[in-house]
Amino acid sequence: MLAFTLRRLVVAFSVALTVSVIAFVLLHLSGDLATSIAGAEASPAQVAEVRHQYGLDRPLTVQYLDWLWRALHLDFGNSFYFRDSVVSLIATRMPVTLTLGAISLAISLIIAVPLGVLAAVFRGTIIDRLALTFCVLGQAIPTFCLGLGLIIIFAVNLRWLPVSGTAGWQNYVLPSVALGWYAVPAVMRLSRNGMLEVLSADYIRTARAKGLSPAAVVLKHALRNAIIPVVALAAVQFGFMLGGSIVVEAVFSMHGVGHLAWEAIARNDFPVVQAVVLILAAIYITLTFLADVINALLDPRMRVA
Amino acid sequence: MALLEVRDLVIDIPTEAGVLHAVSGISFAVERGETLAIVGESGSGKSLTSLALMNLLPKRAQRRAARISFDGIDLQTISAGGMRKLRGNRMAMIFQEPMTSLNPAYTIGNQLMEALTCHRKVSQREARDRAVHLLEKVGITAADRRLSQYPHQLSGGLRQRVMIAMALMCGPDLIIADEPTTALDVTIQAQILHLLADLQKEFGMAVILITHDLGVVARVADTVGVMYAGRLVETGAARAVFKHPRHPYTRGLLDCIPVPGRTVPGMPLGAIRGQVPNLIGKLEGCAFRNRCDFAAPECAGAIPLAHPEPGHDVRCVRLPELEASA
Repeated sequence: MLAFTLRRLVVAFSVALTVSVIAFVLLHLSGDLATSIAGAEASPAQVAEVRHQYGLDRPLTVQYLDWLWRALHLDFGNSFYFRDSVVSLIATRMPVTLTLGAISLAISLIIAVPLGVLAAVFRGTIIDRLALTFCVLGQAIPTFCLGLGLIIIFAVNLRWLPVSGTAGWQNYVLPSVALGWYAVPAVMRLSRNGMLEVLSADYIRTARAKGLSPAAVVLKHALRNAIIPVVALAAVQFGFMLGGSIVVEAVFSMHGVGHLAWEAIARNDFPVVQAVVLILAAIYITLTFLADVINALLDPRMRVA
Repeated sequence: MALLEVRDLVIDIPTEAGVLHAVSGISFAVERGETLAIVGESGSGKSLTSLALMNLLPKRAQRRAARISFDGIDLQTISAGGMRKLRGNRMAMIFQEPMTSLNPAYTIGNQLMEALTCHRKVSQREARDRAVHLLEKVGITAADRRLSQYPHQLSGGLRQRVMIAMALMCGPDLIIADEPTTALDVTIQAQILHLLADLQKEFGMAVILITHDLGVVARVADTVGVMYAGRLVETGAARAVFKHPRHPYTRGLLDCIPVPGRTVPGMPLGAIRGQVPNLIGKLEGCAFRNRCDFAAPECAGAIPLAHPEPGHDVRCVRLPELEASA
């Protein structure tokens, strides 16, 4: 298990390094940074001064290594637009996005996994059909529609929950449902299919032949094997949620990283864009790594691979 | 009273093409401590028969019988809970595929101990001791260490030994072994069979051995039932059936394998021509008649049970002519 974890860590680090190179190169391919920073009306002398001031006249590899070195020390420089360091900008925004993502993921798993298991156990019955119908409905409603719909019903008409902002836990309920809803169909389908496959496995017949109760057969012997692909999917979905939170953050006026990225892109605020890309990638890589480790804990056969 | 009694067992499977008559009215009984071997080709209905006894048939399969009783308990009217109390406890099963019959996510020890703890109020310590004891009984060395291993770390032969130990955890009265050696190497097959036979003597269990291997049957069975196309065509004491097979199908099967004292050295082994009939739809008369060298017009009619000798039943209307030709 230790060797497996170490191997996965090495893979994770190499992926992170690759992403950092790509993020760096892409930004430099997008045009002359010095011209953008100095502004459209700047004279060639001013542009040259900016280029020197920001170190953009050095060789690319030196710039990359310098940027990477500082990034490793969590120094991403200052935002061009906000008069603040990139790190403190992200640090104030990140908790909002992470909280939103985590609650959304929890909501979607709590709904989707039991629903998928029920649909599989009662395959072909009315329960299965209702679950699948629920899924189609989930897929058919875009996140922003659902978000607006939830605001109209629960915030405007019923007045149970606030419309927007990030003041208290109440603010997170509607956005999390809107964002989590998006992941329910995929997770539910995968749980159902995984469960169906496992339920017809020989070892399930063995478990029944032992005289175990149906609950023990499903919850102990089937679920643990059926949940393995769901763990990997959940990690990917969490990544999508961090990306997708840009829409939900806009609808609910929440000042998270998604909102920040959108503002930064609109204003050519390169240090912010670069840092957000790198940090989101790092989170994504961490999640994939965690999913691998959880899967290895669930399935002893994976520990060898 | 017999430990297990089955009368007129029928298993139908509705398919899109029509009803598949997988098993059409078979009857047999197993006494305490006795080994019954059910022999037949793939698709003869022998595995479904074994699942039917455990109430483990696939949902779409329909089971009917005049009587299925285990130690006087009617298995047709028993509740799901009542059946669970019997399964794994008084009647246990060993499956054909040791590679896939153990749960990959749990240790051997976990799966062995669970077989006991779900039926008896015993401590983890006692369950563990029993598991170690039985692993040693089935010939697994370093049993204590094996408990913490996962199925994928064991070979097929070892896994089948684990499956046997698991079936023995509650000390059952009946073990149903569905082709327990088919998936194993030939060298391991003999070991597993000897093991089963030894354990049976030691624990006094009844065993139903489902197999297509007649060589296996000759060594371990007391009684033999030969199945063909969902019917039992011949049943009798193993010695009598091997010495003097009555049904043309049984004869054909025995001609396919080398049997000491029966096969003439230098002569080619036999083969049964043709194929197993399609079991979808109604099948009148003898199911073997299209492959039988002795077939006659009356084979298309009803086939009553013939008793050439006490305890030996044969479903063949051509028995007198067969005896004359032999």
